[in-house]
Amino acid sequence: MIEIKNVSKWFGDFQVLKDINETIQKGQTMVICGPSGSGKSTLLRCINGLEPYQKGEIIVDGESLSDPKTNLYKLRQKIGMVFQRFELYPHMTVLKNITLAPMKVLKKSKKEAEKKAMELLERVGIPDKAHEYPANLSGGQQQRVAIARSLAMEPEYMLFDEPTSALDPEMINEVLDVMVDLAKEGMTMIVVTHEMGFAREVADEIIFMDEGRIIERGSDEEFFTNPKNERTKLFLSQILV
Amino acid sequence: MAYNFDWSVLWRQPYGMWLLQGLWVTIKIGFLAWIIALSLGIVIGTLRVTPWKFLRLFSSAYTELFRNIPFLVQLFFWYYAGPMLLGDRLGHYVNQIMGLNYYVAIFALGIYTASRVAEHMRAGFASIGKEQYQAVLSTGMTQFQMYRYVIIPYALRIILPPLTTEFLTIFKNSSIAMTIGVAELTFMSYRIDAETFHGLEATTGAMFIYLLLGLTVVRIMGFIESKFKIPGMIGR
Repeated sequence: MIEIKNVSKWFGDFQVLKDINETIQKGQTMVICGPSGSGKSTLLRCINGLEPYQKGEIIVDGESLSDPKTNLYKLRQKIGMVFQRFELYPHMTVLKNITLAPMKVLKKSKKEAEKKAMELLERVGIPDKAHEYPANLSGGQQQRVAIARSLAMEPEYMLFDEPTSALDPEMINEVLDVMVDLAKEGMTMIVVTHEMGFAREVADEIIFMDEGRIIERGSDEEFFTNPKNERTKLFLSQILV
Repeated sequence: MAYNFDWSVLWRQPYGMWLLQGLWVTIKIGFLAWIIALSLGIVIGTLRVTPWKFLRLFSSAYTELFRNIPFLVQLFFWYYAGPMLLGDRLGHYVNQIMGLNYYVAIFALGIYTASRVAEHMRAGFASIGKEQYQAVLSTGMTQFQMYRYVIIPYALRIILPPLTTEFLTIFKNSSIAMTIGVAELTFMSYRIDAETFHGLEATTGAMFIYLLLGLTVVRIMGFIESKFKIPGMIGR
Protein backbone atom coordinates (compact mmCIF):
# COMPACT_ATOMS: atom_id res chain seq x y z
CA MET A 1 0.00 0.00 0.00
CA ILE A 2 1.22 3.49 -0.84
CA GLU A 3 0.01 6.33 1.36
CA ILE A 4 0.60 9.93 0.38
CA LYS A 5 -0.15 12.28 3.28
CA ASN A 6 -0.24 16.09 2.99
CA VAL A 7 2.71 16.11 0.64
CA SER A 8 4.04 19.48 -0.53
CA LYS A 9 7.08 20.12 -2.65
CA TRP A 10 8.87 23.24 -3.81
CA PHE A 11 11.37 23.88 -6.58
CA GLY A 12 12.96 26.98 -5.09
CA ASP A 13 10.08 29.37 -4.48
CA PHE A 14 7.78 27.55 -6.81
CA GLN A 15 5.40 25.11 -5.17
CA VAL A 16 4.87 22.13 -7.48
CA LEU A 17 2.87 19.93 -5.13
CA LYS A 18 0.26 21.33 -2.77
CA ASP A 19 -0.97 19.18 0.06
CA ILE A 20 -1.45 15.93 -1.84
CA ASN A 21 -3.39 13.14 -0.14
CA GLU A 22 -3.89 9.79 -1.78
CA THR A 23 -3.85 6.10 -0.98
CA ILE A 24 -3.17 3.31 -3.45
CA GLN A 25 -4.14 -0.17 -2.35
CA LYS A 26 -2.34 -3.32 -3.48
CA GLY A 27 -3.60 -4.53 -6.84
CA GLN A 28 -5.12 -1.20 -7.82
CA THR A 29 -4.45 0.81 -10.93
CA MET A 30 -4.50 4.55 -10.52
CA VAL A 31 -4.40 6.94 -13.42
CA ILE A 32 -3.17 10.51 -13.00
CA CYS A 33 -4.04 13.04 -15.66
CA GLY A 34 -3.86 16.79 -15.95
CA PRO A 35 -2.24 19.55 -17.98
CA SER A 36 1.52 19.80 -18.28
CA GLY A 37 3.17 21.48 -15.32
CA SER A 38 0.47 20.26 -12.97
CA GLY A 39 2.94 18.17 -10.94
CA LYS A 40 1.97 14.68 -12.14
CA SER A 41 5.46 13.51 -13.05
CA THR A 42 6.94 15.14 -9.96
CA LEU A 43 4.47 13.30 -7.74
CA LEU A 44 5.43 10.04 -9.43
CA ARG A 45 9.12 10.71 -8.77
CA CYS A 46 8.39 11.45 -5.13
CA ILE A 47 6.84 8.01 -4.73
CA ASN A 48 10.09 6.18 -5.48
CA GLY A 49 12.32 8.80 -3.90
CA LEU A 50 13.86 10.15 -7.09
CA GLU A 51 12.69 13.60 -5.97
CA PRO A 52 12.57 14.69 -2.34
CA TYR A 53 9.53 16.44 -0.89
CA GLN A 54 9.62 19.07 1.83
CA LYS A 55 6.38 18.52 3.73
CA GLY A 56 4.13 15.61 4.57
CA GLU A 57 4.90 11.96 4.18
CA ILE A 58 4.85 9.16 1.62
CA ILE A 59 4.67 5.68 3.09
CA VAL A 60 5.27 2.55 1.03
CA ASP A 61 4.36 -0.67 2.83
CA GLY A 62 4.81 1.04 6.19
CA GLU A 63 8.17 2.64 5.33
CA SER A 64 8.31 6.41 5.14
CA LEU A 65 10.40 7.79 2.29
CA SER A 66 11.41 10.85 4.27
CA ASP A 67 12.67 8.78 7.18
CA PRO A 68 16.48 8.94 7.00
CA LYS A 69 16.60 5.32 8.19
CA THR A 70 14.73 4.14 5.10
CA ASN A 71 17.03 2.56 2.51
CA LEU A 72 15.77 4.16 -0.70
CA TYR A 73 17.83 1.85 -2.91
CA LYS A 74 16.25 -1.16 -1.28
CA LEU A 75 12.78 0.36 -1.49
CA ARG A 76 13.18 1.11 -5.20
CA GLN A 77 13.76 -2.57 -5.89
CA LYS A 78 10.06 -3.14 -5.45
CA ILE A 79 8.92 -0.04 -7.35
CA GLY A 80 9.50 -0.26 -11.08
CA MET A 81 9.38 2.81 -13.27
CA VAL A 82 8.79 3.38 -16.96
CA PHE A 83 9.74 6.69 -18.58
CA GLN A 84 8.31 8.72 -21.41
CA ARG A 85 11.53 8.45 -23.44
CA PHE A 86 12.19 4.79 -22.52
CA GLU A 87 15.67 5.53 -21.12
CA LEU A 88 17.15 2.23 -22.21
CA TYR A 89 20.94 2.00 -21.93
CA PRO A 90 21.95 2.66 -25.54
CA HIS A 91 25.34 0.97 -25.28
CA MET A 92 23.91 -2.36 -24.15
CA THR A 93 21.87 -4.98 -25.96
CA VAL A 94 18.23 -5.48 -25.01
CA LEU A 95 19.17 -8.58 -23.04
CA LYS A 96 21.87 -6.75 -21.07
CA ASN A 97 19.47 -3.88 -20.41
CA ILE A 98 17.08 -6.31 -18.77
CA THR A 99 19.57 -8.52 -16.91
CA LEU A 100 21.82 -5.80 -15.48
CA ALA A 101 19.86 -4.90 -12.36
CA PRO A 102 18.81 -8.48 -11.48
CA MET A 103 22.46 -9.53 -11.71
CA LYS A 104 23.99 -6.59 -9.85
CA VAL A 105 21.24 -5.82 -7.34
CA LEU A 106 19.56 -9.19 -6.77
CA LYS A 107 22.85 -11.07 -7.40
CA LYS A 108 21.16 -13.48 -9.76
CA SER A 109 23.39 -15.65 -11.91
CA LYS A 110 23.72 -14.67 -15.56
CA LYS A 111 21.88 -17.81 -16.63
CA GLU A 112 19.01 -17.23 -14.25
CA ALA A 113 18.73 -13.54 -15.19
CA GLU A 114 18.76 -14.31 -18.91
CA LYS A 115 16.12 -16.98 -18.54
CA LYS A 116 13.84 -14.53 -16.77
CA ALA A 117 14.65 -11.83 -19.35
CA MET A 118 13.67 -14.12 -22.21
CA GLU A 119 10.40 -14.96 -20.47
CA LEU A 120 9.67 -11.26 -20.11
CA LEU A 121 10.59 -10.51 -23.72
CA GLU A 122 8.23 -13.30 -24.72
CA ARG A 123 5.56 -11.70 -22.58
CA VAL A 124 5.96 -8.27 -24.20
CA GLY A 125 6.08 -9.92 -27.61
CA ILE A 126 9.63 -9.29 -28.84
CA PRO A 127 11.84 -12.27 -27.92
CA ASP A 128 13.58 -11.98 -31.30
CA LYS A 129 15.04 -8.59 -30.32
CA ALA A 130 17.09 -9.87 -27.37
CA HIS A 131 20.45 -9.28 -29.04
CA GLU A 132 19.62 -6.00 -30.75
CA TYR A 133 20.70 -2.59 -29.52
CA PRO A 134 17.94 -0.14 -28.48
CA ALA A 135 18.66 2.12 -31.45
CA ASN A 136 17.58 -0.65 -33.83
CA LEU A 137 14.14 -0.93 -32.23
CA SER A 138 11.01 1.11 -32.87
CA GLY A 139 9.71 3.36 -30.09
CA GLY A 140 6.98 0.91 -29.18
CA GLN A 141 9.45 -1.94 -29.00
CA GLN A 142 11.84 0.13 -26.89
CA GLN A 143 9.10 0.96 -24.45
CA ARG A 144 8.15 -2.70 -24.14
CA VAL A 145 11.79 -3.51 -23.40
CA ALA A 146 11.73 -0.77 -20.75
CA ILE A 147 8.68 -2.40 -19.17
CA ALA A 148 10.43 -5.78 -19.27
CA ARG A 149 13.51 -4.21 -17.66
CA SER A 150 11.37 -2.96 -14.77
CA LEU A 151 9.52 -6.25 -14.41
CA ALA A 152 12.80 -8.16 -14.26
CA MET A 153 13.24 -6.83 -10.73
CA GLU A 154 9.90 -8.45 -9.84
CA PRO A 155 8.48 -5.22 -8.43
CA GLU A 156 5.32 -4.95 -6.40
CA TYR A 157 4.50 -1.53 -7.80
CA MET A 158 4.91 -0.01 -11.23
CA LEU A 159 5.06 3.69 -12.02
CA PHE A 160 4.45 4.85 -15.58
CA ASP A 161 5.34 8.38 -16.62
CA GLU A 162 3.47 9.15 -19.83
CA PRO A 163 4.61 5.86 -21.35
CA THR A 164 2.98 6.44 -24.72
CA SER A 165 3.48 10.19 -25.19
CA ALA A 166 6.67 9.81 -27.25
CA LEU A 167 5.23 7.14 -29.53
CA ASP A 168 3.82 7.20 -33.03
CA PRO A 169 0.06 6.64 -32.92
CA GLU A 170 0.23 3.13 -34.35
CA MET A 171 2.67 2.03 -31.67
CA ILE A 172 0.66 3.25 -28.72
CA ASN A 173 -1.56 0.19 -28.60
CA GLU A 174 1.24 -2.36 -28.48
CA VAL A 175 2.44 -0.68 -25.29
CA LEU A 176 -1.02 -0.17 -23.82
CA ASP A 177 -1.87 -3.84 -24.41
CA VAL A 178 1.08 -4.88 -22.27
CA MET A 179 -0.02 -2.43 -19.56
CA VAL A 180 -3.63 -3.61 -19.62
CA ASP A 181 -2.46 -7.22 -19.18
CA LEU A 182 -0.30 -6.16 -16.26
CA ALA A 183 -3.18 -4.36 -14.59
CA LYS A 184 -5.46 -7.33 -15.08
CA GLU A 185 -2.89 -9.65 -13.55
CA GLY A 186 -3.10 -7.60 -10.39
CA MET A 187 0.01 -5.41 -10.59
CA THR A 188 -0.30 -2.25 -8.52
CA MET A 189 0.14 0.58 -11.01
CA ILE A 190 0.27 4.35 -10.97
CA VAL A 191 0.05 5.67 -14.49
CA VAL A 192 0.45 9.25 -15.65
CA THR A 193 -1.25 9.28 -19.01
CA HIS A 194 -3.73 11.01 -21.24
CA GLU A 195 -4.89 7.75 -22.78
CA MET A 196 -8.43 7.91 -21.53
CA GLY A 197 -9.34 4.65 -23.26
CA PHE A 198 -6.78 2.91 -21.07
CA ALA A 199 -8.06 4.74 -18.00
CA ARG A 200 -11.64 3.69 -18.73
CA GLU A 201 -10.65 0.09 -19.19
CA VAL A 202 -8.44 -0.58 -16.19
CA ALA A 203 -8.30 2.35 -13.78
CA ASP A 204 -9.69 1.75 -10.31
CA GLU A 205 -9.25 5.42 -9.61
CA ILE A 206 -8.53 8.46 -11.74
CA ILE A 207 -7.21 11.68 -10.32
CA PHE A 208 -7.02 14.97 -12.11
CA MET A 209 -4.26 17.37 -11.12
CA ASP A 210 -3.90 21.06 -11.84
CA GLU A 211 -1.33 23.50 -10.47
CA GLY A 212 0.00 21.01 -7.95
CA ARG A 213 -3.36 20.01 -6.51
CA ILE A 214 -5.64 17.04 -6.95
CA ILE A 215 -8.82 18.79 -7.99
CA GLU A 216 -10.95 15.85 -8.98
CA ARG A 217 -11.13 12.13 -8.30
CA GLY A 218 -13.30 9.53 -9.91
CA SER A 219 -13.58 5.81 -10.01
CA ASP A 220 -16.17 5.24 -12.69
CA GLU A 221 -17.64 6.49 -15.93
CA GLU A 222 -18.99 9.53 -14.11
CA PHE A 223 -15.48 11.04 -14.12
CA PHE A 224 -15.56 11.19 -17.91
CA THR A 225 -19.20 12.01 -18.56
CA ASN A 226 -19.97 14.32 -15.70
CA PRO A 227 -16.91 15.86 -14.06
CA LYS A 228 -17.72 18.29 -11.26
CA ASN A 229 -14.81 20.66 -11.63
CA GLU A 230 -14.79 23.24 -14.43
CA ARG A 231 -11.07 22.75 -15.06
CA THR A 232 -11.55 18.99 -15.45
CA LYS A 233 -14.45 19.56 -17.81
CA LEU A 234 -12.38 21.84 -20.01
CA PHE A 235 -9.42 19.44 -20.00
CA LEU A 236 -11.49 16.38 -20.79
CA SER A 237 -13.39 18.18 -23.52
CA GLN A 238 -10.08 18.84 -25.21
CA ILE A 239 -8.66 15.35 -25.03
CA LEU A 240 -11.84 13.31 -25.51
CA VAL A 241 -12.68 14.16 -29.08
CA MET B 1 79.47 28.78 -46.00
CA ALA B 2 76.82 26.39 -47.15
CA TYR B 3 75.32 23.87 -44.73
CA ASN B 4 76.26 20.30 -45.53
CA PHE B 5 73.33 18.01 -45.03
CA ASP B 6 74.16 14.65 -43.55
CA TRP B 7 71.01 12.65 -43.17
CA SER B 8 72.98 9.58 -42.24
CA VAL B 9 72.96 10.77 -38.62
CA LEU B 10 69.47 9.29 -38.52
CA TRP B 11 70.70 5.74 -39.02
CA ARG B 12 74.45 5.85 -38.49
CA GLN B 13 75.47 4.21 -35.22
CA PRO B 14 75.27 5.10 -32.44
CA TYR B 15 72.91 7.95 -33.44
CA GLY B 16 70.21 5.79 -35.04
CA MET B 17 70.14 3.69 -31.90
CA TRP B 18 69.84 6.81 -29.77
CA LEU B 19 66.72 7.88 -31.62
CA LEU B 20 65.20 4.43 -31.18
CA GLN B 21 66.10 4.41 -27.49
CA GLY B 22 64.55 7.85 -27.17
CA LEU B 23 61.40 6.68 -28.93
CA TRP B 24 61.13 3.71 -26.58
CA VAL B 25 61.38 5.98 -23.52
CA THR B 26 58.79 8.33 -25.04
CA ILE B 27 56.42 5.41 -25.62
CA LYS B 28 56.92 4.12 -22.08
CA ILE B 29 56.34 7.53 -20.48
CA GLY B 30 53.28 8.11 -22.64
CA PHE B 31 51.66 4.75 -21.93
CA LEU B 32 52.37 4.65 -18.21
CA ALA B 33 51.30 8.27 -17.72
CA TRP B 34 48.15 7.52 -19.72
CA ILE B 35 47.25 4.64 -17.43
CA ILE B 36 47.51 7.02 -14.43
CA ALA B 37 45.67 9.81 -16.28
CA LEU B 38 42.80 7.64 -17.41
CA SER B 39 42.15 5.79 -14.17
CA LEU B 40 42.63 8.82 -11.93
CA GLY B 41 40.75 11.08 -14.37
CA ILE B 42 37.73 8.79 -14.39
CA VAL B 43 37.63 8.73 -10.60
CA ILE B 44 38.15 12.49 -10.16
CA GLY B 45 35.65 13.31 -12.93
CA THR B 46 33.06 11.05 -11.35
CA LEU B 47 33.58 12.48 -7.87
CA ARG B 48 32.79 15.92 -9.31
CA VAL B 49 29.20 14.90 -9.98
CA THR B 50 28.49 12.73 -6.94
CA PRO B 51 25.95 13.84 -4.33
CA TRP B 52 28.58 14.12 -1.58
CA LYS B 53 29.72 17.69 -1.13
CA PHE B 54 33.14 16.99 0.36
CA LEU B 55 34.13 14.71 -2.52
CA ARG B 56 32.85 17.27 -5.03
CA LEU B 57 34.93 19.98 -3.38
CA PHE B 58 38.04 17.80 -3.32
CA SER B 59 37.76 16.80 -6.99
CA SER B 60 37.04 20.37 -8.12
CA ALA B 61 40.09 21.59 -6.23
CA TYR B 62 42.21 18.86 -7.84
CA THR B 63 41.02 19.69 -11.34
CA GLU B 64 41.50 23.43 -10.99
CA LEU B 65 44.90 23.08 -9.36
CA PHE B 66 46.40 20.84 -12.00
CA ARG B 67 44.89 22.30 -15.12
CA ASN B 68 45.69 25.91 -14.24
CA ILE B 69 49.43 25.56 -13.65
CA PRO B 70 51.77 25.15 -16.64
CA PHE B 71 52.95 21.58 -16.99
CA LEU B 72 56.62 22.63 -17.09
CA VAL B 73 56.25 24.32 -13.71
CA GLN B 74 54.51 21.26 -12.28
CA LEU B 75 57.28 19.01 -13.57
CA PHE B 76 59.99 21.18 -11.98
CA PHE B 77 58.03 21.28 -8.77
CA TRP B 78 57.69 17.50 -8.48
CA TYR B 79 61.27 16.89 -9.48
CA TYR B 80 63.01 19.48 -7.32
CA ALA B 81 60.56 20.02 -4.46
CA GLY B 82 58.66 16.73 -4.54
CA PRO B 83 61.18 14.61 -2.60
CA MET B 84 61.38 17.33 0.07
CA LEU B 85 57.65 17.02 0.68
CA LEU B 86 58.27 13.50 1.88
CA GLY B 87 60.35 14.63 4.87
CA ASP B 88 64.08 14.34 5.50
CA ARG B 89 64.62 10.60 5.64
CA LEU B 90 62.19 9.42 2.98
CA GLY B 91 63.11 12.38 0.75
CA HIS B 92 66.78 11.51 0.99
CA TYR B 93 65.99 7.92 0.12
CA VAL B 94 63.84 8.94 -2.87
CA ASN B 95 66.59 11.22 -4.18
CA GLN B 96 68.88 8.18 -4.38
CA ILE B 97 66.52 6.30 -6.73
CA MET B 98 68.13 5.55 -10.07
CA GLY B 99 66.25 7.22 -12.89
CA LEU B 100 64.13 9.30 -10.53
CA ASN B 101 63.56 11.89 -13.28
CA TYR B 102 61.94 9.21 -15.44
CA TYR B 103 59.48 8.21 -12.71
CA VAL B 104 58.75 11.83 -11.84
CA ALA B 105 57.99 12.55 -15.50
CA ILE B 106 55.46 9.69 -15.63
CA PHE B 107 53.89 10.72 -12.34
CA ALA B 108 53.68 14.44 -13.16
CA LEU B 109 52.35 13.88 -16.66
CA GLY B 110 49.84 11.33 -15.36
CA ILE B 111 48.32 13.48 -12.66
CA TYR B 112 48.34 16.59 -14.85
CA THR B 113 46.55 14.85 -17.70
CA ALA B 114 44.13 13.28 -15.20
CA SER B 115 42.71 16.75 -14.52
CA ARG B 116 41.99 17.12 -18.23
CA VAL B 117 40.45 13.66 -18.50
CA ALA B 118 38.30 14.52 -15.47
CA GLU B 119 36.90 17.54 -17.27
CA HIS B 120 36.05 15.44 -20.32
CA MET B 121 34.30 12.97 -18.02
CA ARG B 122 32.24 15.79 -16.58
CA ALA B 123 31.22 16.84 -20.08
CA GLY B 124 30.29 13.22 -20.82
CA PHE B 125 28.14 12.99 -17.70
CA ALA B 126 26.44 16.27 -18.50
CA SER B 127 25.50 15.03 -21.97
CA ILE B 128 23.59 12.09 -20.50
CA GLY B 129 20.01 13.09 -19.72
CA LYS B 130 18.82 13.33 -16.14
CA GLU B 131 16.17 10.70 -16.72
CA GLN B 132 18.76 8.13 -17.75
CA TYR B 133 20.23 8.41 -14.25
CA GLN B 134 16.74 8.15 -12.77
CA ALA B 135 16.02 5.08 -14.86
CA VAL B 136 19.10 3.34 -13.47
CA LEU B 137 18.23 4.27 -9.89
CA SER B 138 14.63 3.17 -10.38
CA THR B 139 15.88 -0.40 -10.89
CA GLY B 140 17.24 -0.39 -7.35
CA MET B 141 20.90 0.21 -8.17
CA THR B 142 23.03 2.24 -5.78
CA GLN B 143 24.90 5.39 -6.81
CA PHE B 144 28.11 3.37 -7.06
CA GLN B 145 26.52 0.66 -9.20
CA MET B 146 24.86 3.29 -11.38
CA TYR B 147 28.17 4.94 -12.26
CA ARG B 148 30.15 1.72 -12.40
CA TYR B 149 27.86 -0.30 -14.64
CA VAL B 150 25.91 2.22 -16.71
CA ILE B 151 26.95 5.86 -16.58
CA ILE B 152 30.77 5.64 -16.75
CA PRO B 153 30.82 3.12 -19.64
CA TYR B 154 28.26 5.30 -21.44
CA ALA B 155 30.15 8.56 -20.81
CA LEU B 156 33.49 7.03 -21.88
CA ARG B 157 31.99 6.07 -25.22
CA ILE B 158 30.72 9.61 -25.70
CA ILE B 159 34.08 11.21 -24.91
CA LEU B 160 36.29 8.85 -26.91
CA PRO B 161 37.14 11.50 -29.55
CA PRO B 162 38.49 14.06 -27.03
CA LEU B 163 40.23 11.21 -25.18
CA THR B 164 42.09 10.43 -28.40
CA THR B 165 43.35 14.01 -28.39
CA GLU B 166 44.47 13.66 -24.77
CA PHE B 167 46.26 10.42 -25.54
CA LEU B 168 48.10 12.16 -28.40
CA THR B 169 48.90 15.15 -26.23
CA ILE B 170 50.44 12.97 -23.55
CA PHE B 171 53.09 11.73 -26.04
CA LYS B 172 53.76 15.27 -27.20
CA ASN B 173 53.96 16.62 -23.64
CA SER B 174 56.37 13.84 -22.72
CA SER B 175 59.03 15.80 -24.66
CA ILE B 176 59.01 18.32 -21.80
CA ALA B 177 60.58 15.59 -19.65
CA MET B 178 63.89 16.40 -21.35
CA THR B 179 64.07 19.51 -19.17
CA ILE B 180 64.69 17.27 -16.16
CA GLY B 181 67.12 15.13 -18.12
CA VAL B 182 64.95 12.23 -19.21
CA ALA B 183 66.54 10.67 -22.30
CA GLU B 184 63.42 10.56 -24.41
CA LEU B 185 63.12 11.27 -28.13
CA THR B 186 63.57 15.06 -28.11
CA PHE B 187 66.45 14.77 -25.67
CA MET B 188 68.15 12.29 -27.99
CA SER B 189 67.76 14.50 -31.05
CA TYR B 190 69.49 17.31 -29.11
CA ARG B 191 72.19 14.88 -28.07
CA ILE B 192 72.84 14.01 -31.71
CA ASP B 193 73.06 17.73 -32.45
CA ALA B 194 75.58 18.19 -29.65
CA GLU B 195 77.77 15.40 -30.96
CA THR B 196 77.51 15.94 -34.71
CA PHE B 197 76.26 19.54 -35.17
CA HIS B 198 73.56 18.04 -37.41
CA GLY B 199 70.64 19.22 -35.30
CA LEU B 200 68.53 20.06 -38.31
CA GLU B 201 68.52 16.48 -39.52
CA ALA B 202 68.14 15.05 -36.03
CA THR B 203 65.19 17.33 -35.21
CA THR B 204 63.54 16.60 -38.53
CA GLY B 205 63.97 12.91 -37.83
CA ALA B 206 62.41 13.30 -34.39
CA MET B 207 59.50 15.23 -35.94
CA PHE B 208 58.76 12.39 -38.32
CA ILE B 209 58.99 9.82 -35.57
CA TYR B 210 56.51 11.84 -33.44
CA LEU B 211 54.21 12.13 -36.44
CA LEU B 212 54.30 8.37 -37.06
CA LEU B 213 53.74 7.67 -33.37
CA GLY B 214 50.77 10.05 -33.34
CA LEU B 215 49.24 8.55 -36.44
CA THR B 216 49.59 5.10 -34.93
CA VAL B 217 47.76 6.26 -31.79
CA VAL B 218 45.01 7.74 -33.98
CA ARG B 219 44.66 4.39 -35.75
CA ILE B 220 44.47 2.46 -32.49
CA MET B 221 41.91 4.87 -31.02
CA GLY B 222 39.91 4.76 -34.25
CA PHE B 223 39.72 1.00 -33.89
CA ILE B 224 38.60 1.30 -30.26
CA GLU B 225 36.05 3.93 -31.25
CA SER B 226 34.50 1.73 -33.92
CA LYS B 227 34.44 -1.21 -31.54
CA PHE B 228 32.72 0.73 -28.76
CA LYS B 229 30.53 2.91 -30.92
CA ILE B 230 27.04 3.30 -29.47
CA PRO B 231 24.56 2.04 -32.08
CA GLY B 232 22.41 4.86 -33.36
CA MET B 233 25.00 7.54 -32.66
CA ILE B 234 27.06 9.31 -35.27
CA GLY B 235 30.43 7.65 -35.74
CA ARG B 236 33.22 7.73 -38.23
